[in-house]
Amino acid sequence: MLINFIEQLINGLRTGSIYALIAIGYTMVYGIAKMINFAHGDIIMVGAYALYFSISVLGLPVPVALLLTVIVCSVLGVLIEKIAYKPLRKAQPLAVLITAIGMSFFLQSSSLLIFGSTPIPFQSVIPNENIKVGPVIISSITLVTLVVTAVAMILLTLFINKTKMGSAMRAVSEDKGAAELMGINVNSTISMTFAIGSALAAVAGILYISQYQSMKPTLGALPGIKAFVAAVLGGIGSIPGAMLGGILLGLIESVSKAYISTELADAIVFGVLIVVLLFRPSGLLGKKKIVKV
Amino acid sequence: MEILKVKDLVVNYGMIKAVKGASFCVNQGEIVALIGANGAGKTSILHTVTGLLSAKEGSIEFDGKDITRTKAHDIVKLGMAHVPEGRRVFGDLTVIENLKLGAYIRNDKAGIEESLDKIYKRFPRLFERKTQVAGTLSGGEQQMLAMGRALMSNPKVILMDEPSMGLSPLYVNEIFDIIREIHESGTTVLLVEQNAKKALSIADRAYVLETGNIVLDGDAKTLIDDDSVKKAYLGE
Repeated sequence: MLINFIEQLINGLRTGSIYALIAIGYTMVYGIAKMINFAHGDIIMVGAYALYFSISVLGLPVPVALLLTVIVCSVLGVLIEKIAYKPLRKAQPLAVLITAIGMSFFLQSSSLLIFGSTPIPFQSVIPNENIKVGPVIISSITLVTLVVTAVAMILLTLFINKTKMGSAMRAVSEDKGAAELMGINVNSTISMTFAIGSALAAVAGILYISQYQSMKPTLGALPGIKAFVAAVLGGIGSIPGAMLGGILLGLIESVSKAYISTELADAIVFGVLIVVLLFRPSGLLGKKKIVKV
Repeated sequence: MEILKVKDLVVNYGMIKAVKGASFCVNQGEIVALIGANGAGKTSILHTVTGLLSAKEGSIEFDGKDITRTKAHDIVKLGMAHVPEGRRVFGDLTVIENLKLGAYIRNDKAGIEESLDKIYKRFPRLFERKTQVAGTLSGGEQQMLAMGRALMSNPKVILMDEPSMGLSPLYVNEIFDIIREIHESGTTVLLVEQNAKKALSIADRAYVLETGNIVLDGDAKTLIDDDSVKKAYLGE
């Protein structure tokens, strides 16, 4: 009973890690560009297909394929911002939102056109073995997911808090004009943010596809929307919030599936979000907005 | 020598013509004040000089270079710093992080540390609060931080927009003393102020702005005794 519970928690951590990696992208872009990039979930899909294409079609060795996947997603993220969002920087938020949704459809449809709608099976790049830790069984994919996510989060936190570029990013997210006056190039800082967010989405895509081993053009939609929920739960704009929100969401989902009902799991997840937002409208770690008069 | 020269500047702010053909100059080593009522176009001029707004017509020359179309983040590199209206310190960042961002364009690590020491000497209160986030500072302390942050870039010219706004009289005097010190250490100052009396008391020369036009200019000492200035801006 206890062992089963621990295993469920570990499963939850795995799913939650993937949500967290995606949620960081939502929250970073929101922090700096003040927009919800609804195409962000589809970057995961592009990452999955890029990995499949590099390995199964181009026949590249796995490490090269992984690197290429991350690069493809980063470049795509930067291009999306430059082409679709940058021209709308002074437009109404609604126009940007609709553009982002349009971009999401565009990516899904393009992938449908290229790869078709039949799911493509894809073998995990991580060898699948079960590891016994005492009486608890953990799959190697889960272990890799947890380690990779932890490393990514530590590196990102160090980057944001300890480097010059990181403090420039925080400055831009607070006040673009004042940041310009410091000599910070706001446009390249925004590009950098999209690149980092998309690279993390690529990593999430690789981990996700290793777990589910089947691809279709809409594969990014569900994890994308759940990660968005995670970002809001943690407090949109806050990076630690996105990490916490993602992990919590994964844990709640996993425990609900195991002990309450598989069908109701998603409803419970969204229910938790509603309850949290009722009591803390800016999310768990989000800042209260102080309106200055 | 003219270090900053603005000619026939026209600036639109949204649908409003905020500046309607203003010309003025700042000589090296001077304190020049731009005074005028709210909405006269003072802030729009400063924002256009540092590249936050773009000029509709006219030209801006800094240190012999035309900077009319230069981007804000490149203008800083030429040696111009801007202390914006309302301070605009980065409230979520610590005092030290704010100051280091002021030196964003510099790469000389040792030099940056040296400047940081100088700033702490000039503003002991910033040293006391260096690990505190800037949002928790008082208005006067934030103004000092904004000034210190601007000085961290080692500017030739520093633009200050309403440095005394919203501060207690005690702080106002302190801020003006600091401006004088900054000037005495060799930095040229362009000062925008609603507190005309204070501004004229430390400036060498001044320009009076009214609804986007420069209506009067001259020596600060002459202007302070000018009847129309007295009536309109000094409340006498």
